[in-house]
Amino acid sequence: MENKKTQNITTVVGIVFLLLLVIVLEQIISPTSTMAMLLTVTKKSAIYAVVAVSMNLLNGFTGLFSLGQAGFMLMGAYTYAIFTIPRAERDAVYYYYDQAMELSFPEVFGNALGSVGFLLGVLLAIILGGLVAAAVAYVIGFPVLRLKSDYLAIATLGFAEIIRALFQWTKLGPITNGANPLKNYVRLNSFKIEMGDTTIGLSTFTTLLFATICIGIMVMLINSSYGRAFKAIREDEVAAEAMGINLYKHKQIAFCISCFFAGVGGAMLAMFANTVQANNFKSNMTFEILLIVVLGGIGSVSGSCIGAVLFVFAAEWWLRGLDSGKWLFINAPGVLRNGFRLVVFSVGIMIVILFFRRGIMGDKELPYYAKRIRDRFIINKPKAGEKENG
Amino acid sequence: MDFFNTTLPYMLSGISVGGQYALIAIGYTMVYGILRLINFAHADVFMVSALLMVYAVSTYSVMLFLAIPLVVTLTVLLGFTIERVAYKPLRNAPRMSVMVSAIGVSYLLQNLALYITGGLNKNYPTIPWLSDSITVFGAMTKRVTVVTPFLTIALVIVLVMLIQRTKIGTAMRAVAKDFETSQLMGIKINSVISMTFIIGTFLAGIGSILYFTNYPGVTPQAGAMPGLKAFVAAVFGGIGSVPGAVLGGFTIGICESLIKGMDSILVSVGILKEPLELATFSDAFTFVLLIVILVFKPTGLLGEKISDKV
Amino acid sequence: MAENVLRLEDITMQFGGVVAVDNFSMEVNKGEIVALIGPNGAGKTTAFNCITGVYEPTNGRVTLHGEVIVENHPQGKMKDLYKGENNGKYTNVVSHTPDKITYREIARTFQNIRLFKALTVFDNVLIAKHMRAKHNVFSSTFRFSAKEERRMRDEALSLLEEQNLLHLKDSIASSLPYGLQRRLEIARALATEPSIILLDEPAAGMNPQETFELTSFIRQIREEYKLTVFMIEHHMDLVMKISDRIYVLDFGKMISHGTPTEVQNDQKVIDAYLGVVEDAED
Repeated sequence: MENKKTQNITTVVGIVFLLLLVIVLEQIISPTSTMAMLLTVTKKSAIYAVVAVSMNLLNGFTGLFSLGQAGFMLMGAYTYAIFTIPRAERDAVYYYYDQAMELSFPEVFGNALGSVGFLLGVLLAIILGGLVAAAVAYVIGFPVLRLKSDYLAIATLGFAEIIRALFQWTKLGPITNGANPLKNYVRLNSFKIEMGDTTIGLSTFTTLLFATICIGIMVMLINSSYGRAFKAIREDEVAAEAMGINLYKHKQIAFCISCFFAGVGGAMLAMFANTVQANNFKSNMTFEILLIVVLGGIGSVSGSCIGAVLFVFAAEWWLRGLDSGKWLFINAPGVLRNGFRLVVFSVGIMIVILFFRRGIMGDKELPYYAKRIRDRFIINKPKAGEKENG
Repeated sequence: MDFFNTTLPYMLSGISVGGQYALIAIGYTMVYGILRLINFAHADVFMVSALLMVYAVSTYSVMLFLAIPLVVTLTVLLGFTIERVAYKPLRNAPRMSVMVSAIGVSYLLQNLALYITGGLNKNYPTIPWLSDSITVFGAMTKRVTVVTPFLTIALVIVLVMLIQRTKIGTAMRAVAKDFETSQLMGIKINSVISMTFIIGTFLAGIGSILYFTNYPGVTPQAGAMPGLKAFVAAVFGGIGSVPGAVLGGFTIGICESLIKGMDSILVSVGILKEPLELATFSDAFTFVLLIVILVFKPTGLLGEKISDKV
Repeated sequence: MAENVLRLEDITMQFGGVVAVDNFSMEVNKGEIVALIGPNGAGKTTAFNCITGVYEPTNGRVTLHGEVIVENHPQGKMKDLYKGENNGKYTNVVSHTPDKITYREIARTFQNIRLFKALTVFDNVLIAKHMRAKHNVFSSTFRFSAKEERRMRDEALSLLEEQNLLHLKDSIASSLPYGLQRRLEIARALATEPSIILLDEPAAGMNPQETFELTSFIRQIREEYKLTVFMIEHHMDLVMKISDRIYVLDFGKMISHGTPTEVQNDQKVIDAYLGVVEDAED
């Protein structure tokens, strides 16, 4: 018990330190320097981490193999964008349609409450994005959650495709702008404090903070009684049912919560990108998230986070040189041209899948490894005696 | 008459594309029947096969009559290699690991194609006899449209004979029924599985020629959609069943094509005053069909019932 | 007359054309230890599955503490296929998922142990406490029901202590030796706070020493938790020693019931177990 408390405190201290570090870095790094990429990939990996953990909640902890993540992210992204485009910008965005929505949360709340209201409006739009995804998940859960493993996977994958088509339908154009992108909504770079001449940029910090809150909530869920029930379902459905766990209800809860955070992740991805367009949320996006989950280890939250960081950092930054002719000491413009980065990257992923099947973390969390390392190096502590019972 | 004239072209292209889906679907259904694996990479093998043709004919100027057998052989080789490298080592791993491996292979093939083509749309070579324009009941179309269904049916008949009559076919059926027992009975499962992949990719190679003859070009993503639809066709017909896959392929091809033309058909009959832009849903409809069939008959139209023991 | 806890009336379970349980009626009274025996494939586990909601019987009724928990009659395709008796006697349809049956205080174990293998011993028991806890997903996630969580943990711990499993609480369930896995499965079933426990071959795979210990263990939990025990078992010494009454199934039909001595001396039971030379007709 005591051990757990120190563990929690260490985690919280670590996260606070990380957040502070990001605030400082954000002020030091100039947007034109090469290190500016660090901030960009940090933001993107934080967002991917949220979605990866949400997918892990289903695939790794509840044993429901769902491949619909991209569809739910799409709903979150669209909902967020639709409710944050300022009124003045709407005519330019909905160029081909008579827009049906005129409501912008940040604007409405911002006018009433100033910058706090603006923030509140943004938050509300993000949460609404998650709620829309969760509500849709609730409805499609009725038919889909009764299916077994692969069938569930393919049905959710198909469902994501249906959603993508629906959002591009011209008849819904007045709301979704059809196949055209949504833009000019509130983006991450709006998060800053302006004091006279100096601006304190907070976009990376905000992203990281949101991501931390989302992942924190999911971790709390996983460690709660409901989280244990999810794991029981993953282990053995028949036994779980015999222990009084209502399969359908618990699957539904896991599915809705996972989709809620996928929606929130989608909304954050919208804030990160310049535009939202249904065609960017193809099944490939789901597969990328799945690969992150596998890379980190199925059933490990910290694994998913590490996986997301490695995936995004490698794909978007470290391996960049592979596309432009020069990487580390290798200089071969003929081979190292556009697309080579992704080839190397996918070969790397295949190696992990085939030879490191359990991923980076297996199904253990970071503290487990921290403890093992500590145990290895600090052997002669008097505490060793207590261990026998633990 | 107006109705007939509007519907016919859609019907024709539906039957044609349905036959192509059927050919891909067989690969999915046979692999699933034996390994219980959704072979996500199958769609990309289909795409790579098309790219091979493009490069063989356009870049290396191989004569067409040589290029076709060459490309089909290379496709089969690719399918065989994927199984040996990416699936065989995971034979005893959980099913999810193998599925993830399939997704990984799919990702790799797409990225490889992206690298080699530079992401550009490659024009598929014109295959003389198949690409000729002909008229059927007053509707203009390519000859491939008419050839596809017949060729599909012929290939399927050969395949069904192979499965029912030959020794390897019997072994396949045995492995599909019970993996472990057939292993104990002395069946070399690895060669049976390889054979399954060879047949599956062979048909996908043929399907690829037929499919892309009707389409302007090949992109790295070109396999994804037809692949997914072919998989849905396999599920719809009852996964593991070859006739089911064919039935599913044709059903989905025809439905999809009719939905593409639904607006003009409905307008021509007078049900609709103005188009509803339903064509957007031609892809999505496939998945609606999938979810409906999974809910009402999870084993598909011709699939067998499986139950777990408590 | 003892209080009736569980009662099966005319239970018939037919899979397609195969009748697995045929018109089986029985009852278990409060505090009794009742055994269900019979050769392999006699339909014993199927009968269990009909009670616990895993299967829906084709015909018949199950009553628990006077409340009907399962009732069915041949419907749809079964109307023509049905080969059993008492067709038309039951008109209602009552059907619950297994979790609802467990909620009504029936717990069970499985013939081929079904623990949550990758989870710890403690988690295995704690999960069984989930059902009766007063919480919802929000209060549980955000720790508003921390008190309830603490109660669950305490109860699970004391249950483990009573079952002598406390020292193993952090071990992974699948790492336990076979006998302890059985013990854990029973402890987990007890954690659902049942009034009747169904044990499916609790002695399967145990050595004579472990089987012997099981006898006193089953008696002990009956006393401590005021349980009624209904079990399927093949070990005849265990069954004869421990049971108050025995039901014998063969090919789905009940061929005998009574006290251990009565059943032991019933020629039909001896025939079923040893086989009998039958006339050419069959």
